[in-house]
Amino acid sequence: MKRILSTFLFLLSFSALASSGVKLEEADIDLSDTASLERGAKYYVTYCLGCHSAKQIRYKRIALDLHLDEAEILKNVAPLGAGIYDQMHSAMNGHDAEKWFGTTPPDLSLIARSRGADWLYSYLKGFYADKTKPTGVNNIVFKDVAMPNVFWQKQGTQVAVMRVIDGHDVVSELKLEQPGQLSPKEFDKMINDLVNFLVYVGEPVQLERQAMGKYVLFFILMFTGLAYLLKKEFWKDVH
Amino acid sequence: MKQRINSFSAWFSERFPLSDLWNEHMAHYYAPKNFNIWYFFGSLALFVLVNQLVTGILLTMNYKPDAKLAFDSVEYIMRDVDWGWLVRYMHSTGASAFFIIVYLHMFRGLLYGSFKQPRELIWIFGMLIFVCLMAEAFMGYLLPWGQMSYWGAQVIISLFSAIPVVGDELSLWVRGDYVVSDATLNRFFAFHVIAVPLVLLILVFLHIVALHEVGSNNPDGVDIHDHVNWQGRPLDGIPFHPYYTVKDIVGVGVFMFFFAMVIFYMPEMGGYFLEHANFVPADPLKTPEHIAPVWYFTPFYAILRAVPDKFAGVIAMGGAIVVLFMLPWLDRSKVRSIRYRGGMFKKALLLFVISFLCLGYLGTQPATPFATTMARVFTAIYFGFFLLMPLYTRWEKTKPLPDRLGHQPSIEERLPGLLALYDEVTLIQQKSDAVTGAVTVNRRPNPAGVKAVLFRFVKYLKESLD
Repeated sequence: MKRILSTFLFLLSFSALASSGVKLEEADIDLSDTASLERGAKYYVTYCLGCHSAKQIRYKRIALDLHLDEAEILKNVAPLGAGIYDQMHSAMNGHDAEKWFGTTPPDLSLIARSRGADWLYSYLKGFYADKTKPTGVNNIVFKDVAMPNVFWQKQGTQVAVMRVIDGHDVVSELKLEQPGQLSPKEFDKMINDLVNFLVYVGEPVQLERQAMGKYVLFFILMFTGLAYLLKKEFWKDVH
Repeated sequence: MKQRINSFSAWFSERFPLSDLWNEHMAHYYAPKNFNIWYFFGSLALFVLVNQLVTGILLTMNYKPDAKLAFDSVEYIMRDVDWGWLVRYMHSTGASAFFIIVYLHMFRGLLYGSFKQPRELIWIFGMLIFVCLMAEAFMGYLLPWGQMSYWGAQVIISLFSAIPVVGDELSLWVRGDYVVSDATLNRFFAFHVIAVPLVLLILVFLHIVALHEVGSNNPDGVDIHDHVNWQGRPLDGIPFHPYYTVKDIVGVGVFMFFFAMVIFYMPEMGGYFLEHANFVPADPLKTPEHIAPVWYFTPFYAILRAVPDKFAGVIAMGGAIVVLFMLPWLDRSKVRSIRYRGGMFKKALLLFVISFLCLGYLGTQPATPFATTMARVFTAIYFGFFLLMPLYTRWEKTKPLPDRLGHQPSIEERLPGLLALYDEVTLIQQKSDAVTGAVTVNRRPNPAGVKAVLFRFVKYLKESLD
């Protein structure tokens, strides 16, 4: 018994060790907020689509899920010249991207499923000025990332407050040095809308899936109840 | 019309023994009447197998086994195919459910000695099914062509190269290329959808035929055929149909409830059923920082990593499965069921379960020095359970076997006890609303009650282990 207990204690100690790294900020994801998703889609096309495609989703699907008019989404959200059945393709080709950034910007259709909403939220807010980098910025969540801070006008300039830990310079926190066009609160909201949209794009059906789940479970419950009564009836004579 | 039907059924039964088959395997197949909850998992495994076959066929209709198209075709199924997401989640959740069920089914065998004489062949066929299932799952996991699919396959296939002399050639032959590539994807697709399922179905058939030849074991581990009535029917047996068909339908209902809960509310299961890294398309140039197999392989993966030498690790991992095949001959106890075994076996089994679960956990974690040390300890316990079994089962003091089957309490009989337990661990609180005067009754946990119940449980565990 003692051995078992000590085993569990051992295991506990290392599950705590396993989680380290930067503390992520929590994104406020609400997929039923279609206004937020629409704003997010708009931000995506404005700030991201230049480099990052989201080729697994079509404008038509966005219009259907967000209850938007097709003409409206083409006018307000989609880039000029895009058709309603088009996927969200980027205008930049891979060859150029490789030349300019040293790497092809990944397709972001599933980024929310591989990285998680909180990671995206913290990452997009985590750029800070770093003169040693070719883009002029570094990121607290994703060190030495090739992506520039596309929101610099909106967010302003953040600088890192460094601290020395074990002889290494470590970023302890970010400080807004020069305010941007948006207040920090407005900027948080903008990034949250964008992340909300990315979570939606990661699995467009998720809201529908959750909505129908309760009916399925109810049906199965009824089925199981009937099956149980049937079993009880048949087993009456078994002693 | 009725005459027509009768003459047709006469015509049919002259040519095919349908009613004989039905009687032999269903209506006149006598199963012990005291099956408990552990006995649901056999029929559930069959149910999930059918689920995997049906959803698998539907998936192949839209999936493209091509390194350039595979990843996008899966997303196409998830987004553009009508109900494609449901079919895909049923298949991916079904894979994990299959392993949960099969592990529990095997554990049932361990508990009640279902592998022991005369059921050795059933166990062997079952183990072959398990090996096939692992091959099926491993190959199926490559098909979505995500990062984890790709690098998981890369790691596992490279294990073949650890074999001396022929290793490199062998792994090249398995992959069909120097790295995992389109050629690998195509052959894995062929194996996953045709070859392995065929073998699996044949093995399931053999498993059931062998079972029906010797009859089912039961929680008491005594033979029901020792006491028969004047017709030669076991006194403690009941026909499989209708008794166990209607009972298993209830099991299917309960299973479907949990299955649907996962599918509709948490299809990724926190990254255990669908790994996060697998939502990134396979990239042969970018190795993920942490490669972990899906949860059902992790105990064996942990054993592989626990051994310092690569080839020895492969041997150990293979050995962990081979040793299971030998179980019927390792166990020398006179009784089958854990109910009448000595304390030694119970303790060994408990240690084995703990080591298996811990190995499973360690397999999902990065191999830090401490984790590796722990994995070694648990690997030793895992093998110790089997290899020392001839010793500790031969001399264990068993309890006297009953003559006939014991009574298996039904849910109704257990309900009052469960309700009393619920009363004990909770406190009832009555609150009346100041404005409306409505009285609300709610319960909250009762620390003293919980403590008492836990104390009783530990005492019970301790007594039953001795």
